[in-house]
Amino acid sequence: MMTAEQAWEVLARVADPEIPVISVTELGIVREVRAQAQGIDVVVTPTYSGCPATEAIERSIVDALREAGASDVRVQTRLAPAWTTDWIAPEAQEKLRRYGIAPPGGGAAAAGAIQPIGFVPRVDCPLCGSRNTERLSAFGATACKALYRCRDCREPFEHFKPI
Amino acid sequence: MTAAAIEAATARLDYVLRIADSALILGQRLAEWCGHGPVIEEDIALTNTALDLIGQARLLLTHAGALEGQGRDEDALAFLRDEPQYRSLTICELPNEDFGRTILRNCLFAAFQMQLWQALASSSDAQLAAIAGKSIKETRYHLQHAADWTVRLGDGTEESHARMQRALDYLWPYTAEFFSPTATDEQASAAGVGPAWSTLAAGWEQSVLPLLEVATLKVPPRTPFLSRGKEGRHSEHMGHLLAEMQYLQRAHPGANW
Repeated sequence: MMTAEQAWEVLARVADPEIPVISVTELGIVREVRAQAQGIDVVVTPTYSGCPATEAIERSIVDALREAGASDVRVQTRLAPAWTTDWIAPEAQEKLRRYGIAPPGGGAAAAGAIQPIGFVPRVDCPLCGSRNTERLSAFGATACKALYRCRDCREPFEHFKPI
Repeated sequence: MTAAAIEAATARLDYVLRIADSALILGQRLAEWCGHGPVIEEDIALTNTALDLIGQARLLLTHAGALEGQGRDEDALAFLRDEPQYRSLTICELPNEDFGRTILRNCLFAAFQMQLWQALASSSDAQLAAIAGKSIKETRYHLQHAADWTVRLGDGTEESHARMQRALDYLWPYTAEFFSPTATDEQASAAGVGPAWSTLAAGWEQSVLPLLEVATLKVPPRTPFLSRGKEGRHSEHMGHLLAEMQYLQRAHPGANW
């Protein structure tokens, strides 16, 4: 029988389908793992309501645990408390940066309030580290990212939006 | 169940459907921009917003199906109801027109959703509170995006200003429906499910009016006009929208891929 610790180890190797450099556990969406006599229960908190990766993630969780020998895998969804980028581990934030995505940083849950009109958060370029960047679009190729450009190294990059 | 309990359960379902259907129908409208945005960044922004709204609708419709207890899932509720059974606000089904009107509607609606999600955080319905807690993070971005554009276009060129003023004149009367009192509001608020929407008016005005002023737009006076989409009485635009949205499930019942 698979223990909860073993299941966590398996899940730590399940990559996020959109950002394969981080795992689903580093993304902070796996909230709880319970080993039962009949198999493994995994509790997942989805990122964005409309994120098309959510179903793919559930499938890869089930596949990975089955492959590792779990007889039965059940994935449950837990909505509250809502997922926040604060749950992305610091090491994973660094992995994002090395991958070329400006990480969300911490403190998103506390930030909450609407920013003044025209306010664009300052984001460091993940490639050259410059602070001289500009936002091209508040939305990007996936719901979780915005599009930026570095004015120094001239490279475009994505920013993982803090929520 | 007693007659009073049945009435309360019906009102609760109706209340959830109003929120779900408004997100669904505006999501459908915004999805029409896919491939037609004025620039690629805005094409992506509008479709991202549509995706969030449809995601919110999925969670809410699934919850509504559970409350109803008739075995209807999110798809059955989204695709197999007829027009009078939709409880969406009329403003959501109005045609997009130009980019300015689309953005201004997003702004007015997102500001309303912000008020609603905040109030629903303390709902006696734990699932509804959880969906609200999740959705508010997305709506915050929608509002920020739409507010930035509302100011940029309203306080922009002569042409963009004139178009935004026309859009406001057109949309403003439909915002009265956000706050019009109904029996559903009374029941839902008495049961602690959510606020009577009339109580959200002050907070909404506080967030919208200063913004419109910065955008140099003139708020039209209130008129007796009241749309009633949330009671199932829709405009002439709704049937056409549903015809397109439901076509596949009506033509090929149960189609799946």
